Amino acid sequence: MRYQFKTEYIQDIRLFRWGGARAFWTLLGVYTLIVAGLNLFMPGQMTALNWVGLGAVSAVLYTVVVRKVAGDALWYGLLGIVVLTAPFVLDIYFVSQLTLVYIYAIAGVGLMLLVGQAGLISLGHAAFMACGAYVAAIMSQQGYDLLVILPAAVLISAMLGFIVGLPALRMTGIYLGFATYAFAYIFEEVLARADGLTGGNNGMLVEMPQLFTFLDGVKIGGLELGPIVIDNEVKLYFLSLALVALTILVGINILRSPTGRAFSAIRDSEVAAEALGVNLAIYKTAAFAISAGMAGLAGALNAYFLSYIFPEAFTILVSIELLVMVLVGGLGSPLGVVFGAIFIVMVPEMVAIAKDILPPAIGEQPGLKNGVYGLILILFLIFEPLGIHGWWLKAKTYFNLFPLYKQGLFKRQKSYMVSERDR
Amino acid sequence: MAKSDAFLEVDDLAIHFGGIKAVDGVTFSVKKGEVYTIIGPNGAGKSTIFNLIGRIYDPTHGSVSFEGKRISRLPTHKIVGRGIARTFQNIELFEMATVLDNMLLGRHAHLGAGLLSHMGFFPHVRREEERHRHMIEEVIDFLDLQHYRDQRIAELPYGVRKVVELGRALATEPKLLLLDEPSSGLNVEETEDMAFWISDIQSILGITVVMVEHDMTLVNEVSDRVLAINYGKVIAEGTPEEVQVHPEVIRAYLGGDEDEPAEGPKEGEGDGEG
Repeated sequence: MRYQFKTEYIQDIRLFRWGGARAFWTLLGVYTLIVAGLNLFMPGQMTALNWVGLGAVSAVLYTVVVRKVAGDALWYGLLGIVVLTAPFVLDIYFVSQLTLVYIYAIAGVGLMLLVGQAGLISLGHAAFMACGAYVAAIMSQQGYDLLVILPAAVLISAMLGFIVGLPALRMTGIYLGFATYAFAYIFEEVLARADGLTGGNNGMLVEMPQLFTFLDGVKIGGLELGPIVIDNEVKLYFLSLALVALTILVGINILRSPTGRAFSAIRDSEVAAEALGVNLAIYKTAAFAISAGMAGLAGALNAYFLSYIFPEAFTILVSIELLVMVLVGGLGSPLGVVFGAIFIVMVPEMVAIAKDILPPAIGEQPGLKNGVYGLILILFLIFEPLGIHGWWLKAKTYFNLFPLYKQGLFKRQKSYMVSERDR
Repeated sequence: MAKSDAFLEVDDLAIHFGGIKAVDGVTFSVKKGEVYTIIGPNGAGKSTIFNLIGRIYDPTHGSVSFEGKRISRLPTHKIVGRGIARTFQNIELFEMATVLDNMLLGRHAHLGAGLLSHMGFFPHVRREEERHRHMIEEVIDFLDLQHYRDQRIAELPYGVRKVVELGRALATEPKLLLLDEPSSGLNVEETEDMAFWISDIQSILGITVVMVEHDMTLVNEVSDRVLAINYGKVIAEGTPEEVQVHPEVIRAYLGGDEDEPAEGPKEGEGDGEG
């Protein structure tokens, strides 16, 4: 067992809890330098296998050299290497599946902040995704740069989220769920009717976006800097990867900042939050706006991923899928969201495989996928309310405490009923 | 109206829920630096007075002034910024958060950085967090909570929660502390600790305390003045000794000789609400 002694207050809010941010960046830097150098001197020689080998060598070097100060940065470093090399190694099908995981994770981080942290519910997140998707599609048609499109998608969705958040000031629980659902339904209908702008029910084709158009013709050492057209799966993969990393960083920042604390205060006791000076109106609408902004970003990426969007692609089922994802992954942690995203992308594939094996009486049922979602959700809520992230925590604790782990360590404790609360 | 020397001034305060006059024209004033206790049988309106001062309810008429300024029309979340912190009768802590996070929320009114800089967690946010953390550690030291610092509230026993809630109120750096039954649900030993802390808060930190309390030992030990109310009306005010022998107070608690309604208040309540 490894003890972590705290030596300064800031340790509680560090990104890499036990130091090692420096080690992580050093590792990334070294790796990038080696790869760039090899590419420069031996163009065309870098095959997929070399990338993996290089990754492995760096990881081993890193473990040996920097392990002492590394802590969990080691795992972040390994994860970084894996996700950076994946598109060069994996089949293109898996690359696009991973891209989908990232897209879902972006939306999931937003929903996790709203549901897990602020304790508000939304059945309308499909609408925010749709908003982002249509903003991206329409602006790509006009030939805008991605650097304009993505912030616009985020901001417009966030504004929509702000407006939807206003009823949240007066409603909680299932009533809020219905209000957001109603909004999503109306929004879908608006998209279907506004066919001048959105192509109505026929949908619209999404043109591939351009990045860095302002660098057109600028060259450094014979290397053209821009514009980069996101026209294949690998480029979209890296775009999604960068954005999911950014979103998770923002998510973690909110969770460890006073804003995240204020969100959890609203969730646990509104009356106490207000007595401590938390302005409920501001924080509730902000939670909705942030959440919607992230969903909008995911929607924009989803539009490029699908390359053809129509209102029916953003129905209530998508909202529910997102909720299932956040709950199965584990509320309250960005890591759980990523687990949930992997889960939600894998289930349809698994169901497709299972369809071939199962007898036709079950396999041919139209609602099989949703049925499986529902079943898994119920099983998780009963047996593992902490979600997949809970498994992760338990496994980690088990190895940390190795011979001393107790069965009941994570058992839910019965606590006092809170009655007569002023709400 | 607000006199210049009064610290907290409650003037003809009343709130009616439908036909029920929960608080019916209560007037009192608290001097700076004293411990002022409100007693009364169950349902007398003590907590309602707190909720009126804390702006959870809107008064039907009357006013509350603090440091010469009227606060009875402020929005609820602005009260703490004026220097009034409170605890709740049934403990309103944030159960899924740690003791530390609960106390840091007490610093909310003192926040400088805004939402956007929180998203980026810029260096000044980090420094601000560290500064607040220093202040919190002082409170933790004061209340001897070091042991529980990183534990979630849901894992803590009732007595500790009571102290954490007091700590969270202290973290707001209040001038006036409203304690709603600080000893309810505590055992004898914990109640003695609570009495000790309340007098420390008064003497060391110089914070004015207004509390609602049933435990007369605690009341006698720490209070400078006592206000007794029944059915939303003031029945006596004075030192603890004076109020306890006041005939109206005895009648309120033990039942009246004649006119009092039959469902009169019971004695010996105020504990075990956990």
